[in-house]
Amino acid sequence: MCTYVTEKLAVQGSAKGTATWLPVTVAMVSWDHPQHAAAEHTLNLDFLDPARGPSARVAVELCEESARALARAILATLPPAESQGGS
Amino acid sequence: MSYTADALTAESLRITGHGGDEIEAYLARPLGEGQFGGVVVIHHMPGYDRATKEITRKFAANGYLAIMPHLHFREAGGASPDDAAAAVRAAGGVPDERLVGDVAGSARHLRSLAASNGRVGVIGFCSGGRQAFLAACSLQLEAAVDCYGAGVTGAPPAQGPFRFTPLIGLAPRLSCPLLGLFGAEDRFPSPEHVAELDAELTRLGKPHEFHSFVGAGHGFFAVDRPSYRVEAANDGWPLIWDFYGRLLGG
Repeated sequence: MCTYVTEKLAVQGSAKGTATWLPVTVAMVSWDHPQHAAAEHTLNLDFLDPARGPSARVAVELCEESARALARAILATLPPAESQGGS
Repeated sequence: MSYTADALTAESLRITGHGGDEIEAYLARPLGEGQFGGVVVIHHMPGYDRATKEITRKFAANGYLAIMPHLHFREAGGASPDDAAAAVRAAGGVPDERLVGDVAGSARHLRSLAASNGRVGVIGFCSGGRQAFLAACSLQLEAAVDCYGAGVTGAPPAQGPFRFTPLIGLAPRLSCPLLGLFGAEDRFPSPEHVAELDAELTRLGKPHEFHSFVGAGHGFFAVDRPSYRVEAANDGWPLIWDFYGRLLGG
Protein backbone atom coordinates (compact mmCIF):
# COMPACT_ATOMS: atom_id res chain seq x y z
CA MET A 1 0.00 0.00 0.00
CA CYS A 2 0.88 3.64 -0.34
CA THR A 3 0.78 4.58 3.32
CA TYR A 4 1.24 8.35 2.81
CA VAL A 5 2.48 8.27 6.43
CA THR A 6 4.78 11.28 6.68
CA GLU A 7 6.07 13.61 9.34
CA LYS A 8 7.52 16.91 8.20
CA LEU A 9 9.58 19.13 10.49
CA ALA A 10 11.72 22.21 10.37
CA VAL A 11 15.32 21.47 11.24
CA GLN A 12 18.68 23.19 11.36
CA GLY A 13 21.90 21.48 10.34
CA SER A 14 23.82 20.19 7.36
CA ALA A 15 23.90 17.08 5.24
CA LYS A 16 26.38 15.76 2.71
CA GLY A 17 25.53 13.94 -0.47
CA THR A 18 27.99 12.47 -2.94
CA ALA A 19 29.07 15.90 -4.13
CA THR A 20 29.00 18.46 -1.41
CA TRP A 21 27.49 19.67 1.84
CA LEU A 22 24.24 21.55 1.92
CA PRO A 23 22.34 23.31 4.64
CA VAL A 24 19.16 21.49 5.62
CA THR A 25 16.04 23.30 6.70
CA VAL A 26 13.37 20.63 6.26
CA ALA A 27 13.34 16.98 7.24
CA MET A 28 10.74 14.43 6.27
CA VAL A 29 10.27 11.05 7.85
CA SER A 30 7.95 8.66 6.04
CA TRP A 31 7.04 5.00 6.07
CA ASP A 32 6.22 4.22 2.46
CA HIS A 33 7.49 2.72 -0.77
CA PRO A 34 11.23 3.25 -1.28
CA GLN A 35 12.83 4.50 -4.46
CA HIS A 36 15.84 2.21 -4.31
CA ALA A 37 15.88 -0.19 -1.35
CA ALA A 38 14.66 -3.73 -2.03
CA ALA A 39 11.63 -3.70 0.25
CA GLU A 40 7.94 -2.95 -0.08
CA HIS A 41 8.14 -0.27 2.59
CA THR A 42 11.04 1.50 4.22
CA LEU A 43 11.60 4.25 6.73
CA ASN A 44 12.53 7.12 4.46
CA LEU A 45 14.53 10.12 5.65
CA ASP A 46 14.74 13.19 3.44
CA PHE A 47 16.86 16.17 4.38
CA LEU A 48 16.05 19.15 2.21
CA ASP A 49 16.84 22.75 1.53
CA PRO A 50 13.83 23.77 -0.57
CA ALA A 51 15.31 27.23 -1.14
CA ARG A 52 17.98 25.56 -3.28
CA GLY A 53 15.51 23.50 -5.29
CA PRO A 54 14.25 19.91 -5.23
CA SER A 55 17.65 18.40 -5.97
CA ALA A 56 19.09 19.83 -2.74
CA ARG A 57 18.26 16.60 -0.97
CA VAL A 58 19.99 13.86 0.97
CA ALA A 59 17.88 10.73 1.21
CA VAL A 60 18.14 7.51 3.22
CA GLU A 61 15.89 4.43 3.05
CA LEU A 62 16.11 1.94 5.93
CA CYS A 63 14.40 -1.35 6.69
CA GLU A 64 12.18 -1.30 9.77
CA GLU A 65 14.69 -3.05 12.02
CA SER A 66 17.48 -0.69 10.98
CA ALA A 67 15.28 2.35 11.47
CA ARG A 68 14.33 1.30 14.99
CA ALA A 69 17.98 0.64 15.82
CA LEU A 70 18.91 4.06 14.45
CA ALA A 71 16.16 5.76 16.46
CA ARG A 72 17.36 4.03 19.63
CA ALA A 73 20.96 5.00 18.84
CA ILE A 74 20.01 8.62 18.27
CA LEU A 75 18.18 8.81 21.59
CA ALA A 76 21.00 7.01 23.35
CA THR A 77 23.59 9.34 21.87
CA LEU A 78 21.88 12.66 22.45
CA PRO A 79 22.59 14.48 25.73
CA PRO A 80 19.63 14.54 28.10
CA ALA A 81 16.96 16.94 26.91
CA GLU A 82 17.29 19.11 30.00
CA SER A 83 20.91 19.90 29.11
CA GLN A 84 19.62 21.49 25.88
CA GLY A 85 22.68 20.98 23.77
CA GLY A 86 25.38 21.57 26.35
CA SER A 87 28.73 20.23 25.20
CA MET B 1 3.07 1.30 -43.78
CA SER B 2 0.44 -0.66 -41.89
CA TYR B 3 0.57 -1.12 -38.15
CA THR B 4 2.42 -4.12 -36.72
CA ALA B 5 2.46 -5.06 -33.05
CA ASP B 6 5.49 -4.05 -30.97
CA ALA B 7 6.58 -1.27 -33.34
CA LEU B 8 6.43 2.06 -31.55
CA THR B 9 7.93 5.48 -31.06
CA ALA B 10 8.17 7.44 -27.81
CA GLU B 11 9.09 10.97 -26.82
CA SER B 12 8.84 13.60 -24.12
CA LEU B 13 6.74 16.63 -24.99
CA ARG B 14 4.79 19.47 -23.45
CA ILE B 15 1.02 19.48 -23.09
CA THR B 16 -1.47 21.84 -21.52
CA GLY B 17 -2.57 20.60 -18.13
CA HIS B 18 -4.69 21.89 -15.28
CA GLY B 19 -5.24 25.62 -15.22
CA GLY B 20 -3.64 26.04 -18.64
CA ASP B 21 -0.24 25.12 -17.22
CA GLU B 22 2.34 23.68 -19.58
CA ILE B 23 3.61 20.37 -18.20
CA GLU B 24 5.85 17.62 -19.48
CA ALA B 25 4.37 14.33 -20.62
CA TYR B 26 5.71 11.11 -22.06
CA LEU B 27 3.95 9.94 -25.23
CA ALA B 28 4.31 6.52 -26.84
CA ARG B 29 2.55 5.69 -30.11
CA PRO B 30 2.26 2.64 -32.31
CA LEU B 31 4.17 2.94 -35.58
CA GLY B 32 2.24 2.53 -38.78
CA GLU B 33 -1.13 3.56 -40.10
CA GLY B 34 -4.33 3.01 -38.21
CA GLN B 35 -6.82 4.48 -35.77
CA PHE B 36 -5.98 3.69 -32.16
CA GLY B 37 -7.55 3.98 -28.75
CA GLY B 38 -5.79 6.13 -26.16
CA VAL B 39 -4.63 5.45 -22.63
CA VAL B 40 -3.63 8.00 -19.99
CA VAL B 41 -1.12 6.34 -17.65
CA ILE B 42 -0.99 7.81 -14.14
CA HIS B 43 2.35 7.27 -12.48
CA HIS B 44 2.72 6.14 -8.88
CA MET B 45 3.90 8.23 -5.94
CA PRO B 46 7.60 7.46 -6.53
CA GLY B 47 7.20 9.62 -9.58
CA TYR B 48 7.49 10.08 -13.31
CA ASP B 49 10.03 7.31 -13.45
CA ARG B 50 11.58 4.88 -15.89
CA ALA B 51 9.36 2.03 -14.72
CA THR B 52 6.17 3.91 -15.54
CA LYS B 53 7.60 5.12 -18.85
CA GLU B 54 8.19 1.44 -19.63
CA ILE B 55 4.53 0.73 -18.86
CA THR B 56 3.55 3.60 -21.17
CA ARG B 57 5.59 2.06 -23.97
CA LYS B 58 3.96 -1.29 -23.27
CA PHE B 59 0.59 0.19 -24.20
CA ALA B 60 1.99 1.55 -27.46
CA ALA B 61 3.54 -1.83 -28.22
CA ASN B 62 0.06 -3.28 -27.85
CA GLY B 63 -1.62 -0.83 -30.18
CA TYR B 64 -2.62 2.15 -28.04
CA LEU B 65 -1.70 5.82 -28.04
CA ALA B 66 -0.39 6.21 -24.51
CA ILE B 67 0.54 9.30 -22.55
CA MET B 68 1.84 9.79 -19.02
CA PRO B 69 1.59 13.33 -17.61
CA HIS B 70 4.40 14.41 -15.28
CA LEU B 71 2.30 15.07 -12.19
CA HIS B 72 5.27 16.51 -10.31
CA PHE B 73 6.42 18.82 -13.09
CA ARG B 74 5.31 22.07 -11.45
CA GLU B 75 7.25 21.47 -8.25
CA ALA B 76 10.31 19.89 -9.77
CA GLY B 77 10.20 19.48 -13.53
CA GLY B 78 13.95 19.49 -14.02
CA ALA B 79 14.80 17.29 -11.06
CA SER B 80 15.24 13.54 -10.97
CA PRO B 81 11.97 11.62 -10.45
CA ASP B 82 12.87 10.68 -6.87
CA ASP B 83 13.80 14.25 -5.90
CA ALA B 84 10.60 15.49 -7.55
CA ALA B 85 8.55 12.94 -5.63
CA ALA B 86 10.12 14.09 -2.36
CA ALA B 87 9.35 17.72 -3.18
CA VAL B 88 5.72 16.86 -3.87
CA ARG B 89 5.50 14.79 -0.68
CA ALA B 90 6.78 17.79 1.28
CA ALA B 91 4.12 19.92 -0.40
CA GLY B 92 1.36 17.54 0.64
CA GLY B 93 0.94 15.51 -2.53
CA VAL B 94 -0.73 16.17 -5.86
CA PRO B 95 -4.00 18.08 -5.31
CA ASP B 96 -7.01 16.14 -6.59
CA GLU B 97 -8.29 19.05 -8.66
CA ARG B 98 -4.93 19.42 -10.38
CA LEU B 99 -4.76 15.71 -11.09
CA VAL B 100 -8.11 15.85 -12.85
CA GLY B 101 -7.00 18.83 -14.94
CA ASP B 102 -3.77 17.13 -15.95
CA VAL B 103 -5.56 13.93 -16.97
CA ALA B 104 -8.08 16.04 -18.90
CA GLY B 105 -5.23 17.73 -20.75
CA SER B 106 -3.64 14.36 -21.48
CA ALA B 107 -6.90 12.94 -22.82
CA ARG B 108 -7.42 16.05 -24.91
CA HIS B 109 -3.94 15.65 -26.39
CA LEU B 110 -4.57 12.00 -27.24
CA ARG B 111 -7.88 12.78 -28.93
CA SER B 112 -6.21 15.51 -30.99
CA LEU B 113 -3.80 13.06 -32.59
CA ALA B 114 -4.58 12.12 -36.19
CA ALA B 115 -4.27 8.44 -35.31
CA SER B 116 -6.82 8.64 -32.46
CA ASN B 117 -10.11 6.81 -32.74
CA GLY B 118 -11.53 9.26 -30.19
CA ARG B 119 -11.76 6.78 -27.33
CA VAL B 120 -9.60 7.27 -24.24
CA GLY B 121 -9.15 5.23 -21.10
CA VAL B 122 -7.13 5.77 -17.96
CA ILE B 123 -5.00 3.47 -15.81
CA GLY B 124 -3.19 4.10 -12.57
CA PHE B 125 -1.03 2.11 -10.23
CA CYS B 126 -0.82 2.44 -6.44
CA SER B 127 -1.69 6.08 -5.61
CA GLY B 128 -2.44 6.35 -9.33
CA GLY B 129 -5.16 3.74 -8.94
CA ARG B 130 -7.04 6.10 -6.65
CA GLN B 131 -6.39 8.91 -9.11
CA ALA B 132 -7.66 6.80 -12.05
CA PHE B 133 -10.96 6.38 -10.21
CA LEU B 134 -11.01 10.11 -9.44
CA ALA B 135 -10.43 10.95 -13.11
CA ALA B 136 -13.10 8.52 -14.28
CA CYS B 137 -15.60 10.14 -11.90
CA SER B 138 -14.66 13.64 -13.02
CA LEU B 139 -14.16 13.33 -16.80
CA GLN B 140 -15.90 11.66 -19.71
CA LEU B 141 -13.73 8.64 -20.44
CA GLU B 142 -14.40 5.30 -22.08
CA ALA B 143 -12.64 2.90 -19.67
CA ALA B 144 -10.78 3.04 -16.37
CA VAL B 145 -8.39 0.62 -14.69
CA ASP B 146 -7.63 0.89 -10.98
CA CYS B 147 -4.59 -1.14 -9.99
CA TYR B 148 -4.60 -1.46 -6.19
CA GLY B 149 -5.46 2.17 -5.52
CA ALA B 150 -5.77 2.97 -1.84
CA GLY B 151 -8.22 5.54 -0.58
CA VAL B 152 -11.18 5.02 -2.90
CA THR B 153 -13.00 3.51 0.04
CA GLY B 154 -11.54 3.99 3.49
CA ALA B 155 -9.41 6.99 4.30
CA PRO B 156 -5.68 6.51 3.64
CA PRO B 157 -3.85 6.22 6.97
CA ALA B 158 -2.17 9.49 6.25
CA GLN B 159 -0.48 11.83 8.67
CA GLY B 160 1.62 14.91 8.22
CA PRO B 161 1.20 17.04 5.11
CA PHE B 162 -1.22 14.73 3.24
CA ARG B 163 -4.92 15.52 3.24
CA PHE B 164 -6.75 12.91 1.18
CA THR B 165 -10.40 12.05 1.44
CA PRO B 166 -12.09 8.82 0.33
CA LEU B 167 -13.60 9.00 -3.15
CA ILE B 168 -16.51 6.63 -2.73
CA GLY B 169 -18.94 9.56 -2.69
CA LEU B 170 -18.01 10.28 -6.31
CA ALA B 171 -19.10 6.83 -7.50
CA PRO B 172 -22.47 8.03 -8.89
CA ARG B 173 -20.47 10.14 -11.37
CA LEU B 174 -18.33 7.27 -12.67
CA SER B 175 -18.43 7.87 -16.43
CA CYS B 176 -17.20 4.53 -17.76
CA PRO B 177 -16.70 0.84 -16.94
CA LEU B 178 -14.09 0.18 -14.26
CA LEU B 179 -11.65 -2.72 -14.14
CA GLY B 180 -10.19 -3.21 -10.67
CA LEU B 181 -7.09 -5.35 -10.12
CA PHE B 182 -6.15 -6.01 -6.51
CA GLY B 183 -3.91 -8.15 -4.35
CA ALA B 184 -5.77 -10.36 -1.91
CA GLU B 185 -2.97 -9.83 0.62
CA ASP B 186 -3.00 -6.04 0.32
CA ARG B 187 -3.97 -4.11 3.44
CA PHE B 188 -4.77 -0.85 1.69
CA PRO B 189 -6.93 -1.39 -0.23
CA SER B 190 -7.88 -4.38 1.88
CA PRO B 191 -10.31 -7.05 0.63
CA GLU B 192 -12.92 -5.25 2.74
CA HIS B 193 -12.24 -1.95 0.99
CA VAL B 194 -12.53 -3.68 -2.39
CA ALA B 195 -15.77 -5.39 -1.37
CA GLU B 196 -17.22 -2.07 -0.23
CA LEU B 197 -16.45 -0.44 -3.60
CA ASP B 198 -17.78 -3.48 -5.45
CA ALA B 199 -21.05 -3.35 -3.51
CA GLU B 200 -21.50 0.38 -4.04
CA LEU B 201 -20.89 0.18 -7.80
CA THR B 202 -23.30 -2.75 -8.02
CA ARG B 203 -25.90 -0.78 -6.08
CA LEU B 204 -25.47 2.14 -8.48
CA GLY B 205 -25.61 -0.08 -11.56
CA LYS B 206 -22.12 0.99 -12.65
CA PRO B 207 -20.40 -1.55 -14.92
CA HIS B 208 -17.29 -2.91 -13.24
CA GLU B 209 -15.13 -5.98 -13.12
CA PHE B 210 -12.93 -6.72 -10.11
CA HIS B 211 -10.22 -9.34 -9.75
CA SER B 212 -8.26 -10.07 -6.57
CA PHE B 213 -5.19 -12.22 -6.91
CA VAL B 214 -4.32 -14.72 -4.21
CA GLY B 215 -0.66 -14.66 -3.23
CA ALA B 216 -0.27 -11.03 -4.30
CA GLY B 217 -0.18 -7.89 -2.22
CA HIS B 218 0.27 -4.30 -3.21
CA GLY B 219 2.31 -3.43 -6.30
CA PHE B 220 2.29 -6.85 -7.95
CA PHE B 221 2.75 -5.36 -11.43
CA ALA B 222 5.99 -3.57 -10.44
CA VAL B 223 8.70 -5.65 -12.08
CA ASP B 224 11.50 -3.71 -10.36
CA ARG B 225 10.22 -4.17 -6.81
CA PRO B 226 10.07 -7.08 -4.37
CA SER B 227 6.28 -6.82 -4.45
CA TYR B 228 6.26 -8.15 -8.03
CA ARG B 229 4.22 -11.34 -8.34
CA VAL B 230 4.71 -12.95 -11.68
CA GLU B 231 1.54 -15.08 -11.59
CA ALA B 232 -0.72 -12.14 -10.75
CA ALA B 233 0.96 -9.89 -13.31
CA ASN B 234 0.73 -12.54 -16.01
CA ASP B 235 -2.95 -13.02 -15.25
CA GLY B 236 -3.61 -9.30 -14.91
CA TRP B 237 -2.20 -7.98 -18.18
CA PRO B 238 -4.50 -10.11 -20.39
CA LEU B 239 -7.46 -8.78 -18.40
CA ILE B 240 -6.34 -5.24 -19.24
CA TRP B 241 -5.89 -6.07 -22.94
CA ASP B 242 -9.33 -7.66 -23.07
CA PHE B 243 -11.00 -4.77 -21.22
CA TYR B 244 -9.38 -2.03 -23.28
CA GLY B 245 -9.81 -4.06 -26.45
CA ARG B 246 -13.56 -4.11 -25.93
CA LEU B 247 -13.92 -0.50 -24.84
CA LEU B 248 -11.19 1.39 -26.62
CA GLY B 249 -10.93 -0.66 -29.78
CA GLY B 250 -7.15 -0.70 -29.75
